[in-house]
Amino acid sequence: MEEILGKYKSTALKDVTVWFKAATIKDFPKDGGACVKYKDKQIAVFNYARTKTWYACQNLCPHKIEMVLSRGMIGDDKGVPKVACPLHKKTFSLESGENLNGDLEAIATYPVKIEAENVYIGFSE
Amino acid sequence: MKNIIVVGNGMVGYKFCEKFVAQSGNESFKVTVFGEEPRPAYDRVHLSEFFENQDAKALEMAPAEWYAENGIELITGERVSDIHRETKTITTIKNREFSYDYLVLATGSSAFVPPIKGVEKDGVFVYRTIEDLEGMLAYADKVKKTNPNAKAAVLGGGLLGLEAGKAAMDMGLEPHIVEFASKLMPRQLDSRSSQVLQLKLESIGLNIHLSKATNQILGDDAITGMEFGEDDVLDCDMLIISAGIRPRDELGKTCGLEMGVRGGIVVDNRMKTSDDSIYAIGEIALYNQMIYGLVAPGYDMAGVAVDQILGKAESLMPDAIDMSTKLKLIGVDVASFGEPFMPASKGHSIIFENKTQHLYKRINVSLDGKSLLGGILVGDATDYSMLHQIYLNGMKIPEDPAQLILPAGDGGGAFGDVMDLPDEAQICSCESVSKGQICGAIESGAATDVAGVVSCTKAGTGCGGCKPMVADLTNATLKSLGIEVKAGVCEHFELDRQDLYKIIQVKGYSTFNEVLDNHGTGGHGCELCKPLVASLLGSINADTANKEYAIQDSNDRFLANIQRNGTYSVVPRVPGGEITPDKLIALGQIAKKYDLYTKVTGGVRIDLFGATLNQLPLIWKELISHGFESGHAYGKSLRTVKTCVGSTWCRYGMDESVSFGIELENRYRGIRAPHKIKGGVSGCIRECAEARGKDFGLIAVEGGWNLYFGGNGGATPRHAELFAEQIDNETVIKYIDRYLMFYMRTAKPLQRTAAWQDRLEGGIDYLREVIIDDKLGIAADLDEEMQTLVNKFECEWTQAVNNPEMMKRFNHFVNSEEDDDNLVFVPLREQKMPEQWN
Ligand SMILES: Cc1cc2nc3c(=O)[nH]c(=O)nc-3n(C[C@H](O)[C@H](O)[C@H](O)COP(=O)(O)OP(=O)(O)OC[C@H]3O[C@@H](n4cnc5c(N)ncnc54)[C@H](O)[C@@H]3O)c2cc1C
Ligand code: SF4
Ligand code: SF4
Ligand code: FES
Repeated sequence: MEEILGKYKSTALKDVTVWFKAATIKDFPKDGGACVKYKDKQIAVFNYARTKTWYACQNLCPHKIEMVLSRGMIGDDKGVPKVACPLHKKTFSLESGENLNGDLEAIATYPVKIEAENVYIGFSE
Repeated sequence: MKNIIVVGNGMVGYKFCEKFVAQSGNESFKVTVFGEEPRPAYDRVHLSEFFENQDAKALEMAPAEWYAENGIELITGERVSDIHRETKTITTIKNREFSYDYLVLATGSSAFVPPIKGVEKDGVFVYRTIEDLEGMLAYADKVKKTNPNAKAAVLGGGLLGLEAGKAAMDMGLEPHIVEFASKLMPRQLDSRSSQVLQLKLESIGLNIHLSKATNQILGDDAITGMEFGEDDVLDCDMLIISAGIRPRDELGKTCGLEMGVRGGIVVDNRMKTSDDSIYAIGEIALYNQMIYGLVAPGYDMAGVAVDQILGKAESLMPDAIDMSTKLKLIGVDVASFGEPFMPASKGHSIIFENKTQHLYKRINVSLDGKSLLGGILVGDATDYSMLHQIYLNGMKIPEDPAQLILPAGDGGGAFGDVMDLPDEAQICSCESVSKGQICGAIESGAATDVAGVVSCTKAGTGCGGCKPMVADLTNATLKSLGIEVKAGVCEHFELDRQDLYKIIQVKGYSTFNEVLDNHGTGGHGCELCKPLVASLLGSINADTANKEYAIQDSNDRFLANIQRNGTYSVVPRVPGGEITPDKLIALGQIAKKYDLYTKVTGGVRIDLFGATLNQLPLIWKELISHGFESGHAYGKSLRTVKTCVGSTWCRYGMDESVSFGIELENRYRGIRAPHKIKGGVSGCIRECAEARGKDFGLIAVEGGWNLYFGGNGGATPRHAELFAEQIDNETVIKYIDRYLMFYMRTAKPLQRTAAWQDRLEGGIDYLREVIIDDKLGIAADLDEEMQTLVNKFECEWTQAVNNPEMMKRFNHFVNSEEDDDNLVFVPLREQKMPEQWN
């Protein structure tokens, strides 16, 4: 369990060494998310269509270690973009990864960039 | 610099530190705290929460860093073993020596273990520390593996014993409470209330054995049972002893402080022991010849000791200490306050009892009938805070005191307003917060809502029992300042559900963004307002969940119920529970093909578990080809109409309950409501379909159907109320149409019909006026709205599998056809289940 959690480490924009081309914009629901496979990782990617902003984080919910966050509902908590886990509605900031309604450990977040209608996720490995 | 040494880092020892650092004049002292337990002080009162998440951190009173940040040296895992009063020093178990100017003993209590033969056996536990709980959890796991029907006994039927009994139940063991006295909670309850409590506890699954003296504990190495008399044995696999507490006064004894005859270190009202430099506080202190086994008096003692050490001589412990208690068992309300038992010479008792509803209320009133002296509440303690306040503050009571406990409507409910309380009324006794402080926090602008009040006054952070009253006071104060209390659904909408319903209907909106842009407060929405608007769009426009799937709640989004490992369950509709053998075979074959765990649900249909996201559309394509359609088991919408076989087969049947049940289920299927809806139809008054436990229920009688509304199973069971008698099929449909539509228009989010009906002013009579007499003049609209929804019905699974664009969402990955490779299933009987969470 610890092992699988340990796989996901937040990546800052300045540390990105690989921009992984995940899919096209059209493949993601508006104001919702979907899951991207990158090597042996599962990454949740969210499309905030209202403001044309994108976020990515681990798909793994640290609460019960389930691969579900991409299926969660997104929104904001006083302006902070967040995702609510579909299983027990723990919410996480998509900026800092912090658990907003509890004290679970933070989730890993990743930078996203859009180029020519394609969605790229930034990794450092 | 003077040294203060605190021995014991429990709840009270911690409170001493907290109050100490908050006081002025503390600069010339250095505080050192010793704790025997391996971790910093934690909230023992909420110890049972550890069973839920095993999160010890969440229970901490303050993290270890807090002590350092406040200049306190905390030494955990080291017991103080001796006090040398002559040299003013202590030694610890590690033979280290420290000197003190003031010594504060806060060593608390340990669980009392009666000297019964065999108490040393494996599987016998006490209930006091996190380590005790960890031991119990590990042991329970072990015994459950060899015996899935393992039993746990609890010795002691007091407040703590009952809490331990519930914990045993939550650990999946069959719970048995063994009590020496002839009633439960002998110290707080009279015999009648105790009986009512017993009935209630038995109804939730606790087994209770009274008047039992345990002779010995049976078993070789590990416990196998308890023996009471010669032939009186209770088999059990585990025992939790909860037979009272014993003060940990060994230090006081060996250094010669004055002790009570039955233990405890004697203190005066300054919390001083017989040695001028030594104080004792909390469950170790014997004050007024009593050990107070509650946190609130312990916290007060901590405050007095701090003040005394800092030279505030006028701060003293009051003579009378309030021992009122409220049991925090989930699902059972029990409270007693003031003088629960009262001899007739001292006052009058007024008793209200309803055994069928497991309700008992008693209040004791002074002989002149002017003041409240105490009372007991079992089954419904909602009035506890208010009664407790009336008692504590000696407030005036109504001329007919019975009004204080009679149910509202029977001449009862004559409660004073929270705002009538005097300013000095203590609302939160754990943190000593008065009404004046709570209202003051809002009046001064320091807080603007309940969360703000809690964080600036600390009210409600102890046992939490005062939270409802803190909320009431907050709202009432805001209102008195002319600030409107927001009833909005969340931070994105200041409107409530009913307002949003009207707006969407009148403006004809069809997307979430339209509603948010025109009526929201900005932002992106959240997990509260999105599903609500989705449900409203469904209720008003008959939109299916496919239309805007990203705003749907977890289950609606993928038209299936998400289960604990992130896979889904599939439930096709089986109207009225009637299914042909061919369809049953088809279901079986599909379940087999996809290796789905299969079970009959409580709503008489068949649930197939363990489908991955990628499999969902494949499974549904096959189901649809065999004539099935969505069962909406995932939606806040009609689930099932349960039927008995009725006059079609049953020799008692008065009417065709199955035929009518199918007609009703097909009429209301798919309609989105504030919460799920269930129906039931029975063919005669024997009620085999349990129709009165449903939102709408029908029973066939001579001359037609009796129609019932507002029943509920679930967490707060309630029987439906009789609405109309001997009516024909057509009238039944007309009334249910109007009832459901009126409910959909006016209920709160996620409010079941039962709760909605309870809170409607005028109740069922009012509903008859609206539905039958059309008092509001809306019946024709309700009829029309419902008919539109019925006409527009479309199976959303059929819609989804026929539309490639809609199908795209059923892929685990956007960039791969693969399935989630993290799923692990283990065998279960002849099927499978997801691997256990740990
Ligand atoms: C399951 C449970 C539920 C409860 N529910 C309620 C409730 O609902 N309401 C309520 O008011 N009360 C409740 N209580 C009682 C409440 O927890 C106690 O009144 C409170 O914890 C007493 O605080 P204390 O600091 O005096 O003792 P403790 O919390 O027992 O702390 C004493 C500490 O001192 C340590 N210690 C002892 N001797 C030494 C030594 N020589 N050297 C170093 N350290 C030492 C002990 O290890 C312990 O950590 C409950 C108790 C339990 C166990
Ligand atoms: S409720 Fe009446 S009609 Fe229906 S099965 Fe029972 S006995 Fe028969
Ligand atoms: S009662 Fe309902 S919510 Fe609780 S475990 Fe059973 S299925 Fe889940
Ligand atoms: S698994 Fe995510 S909140 Fe429980």
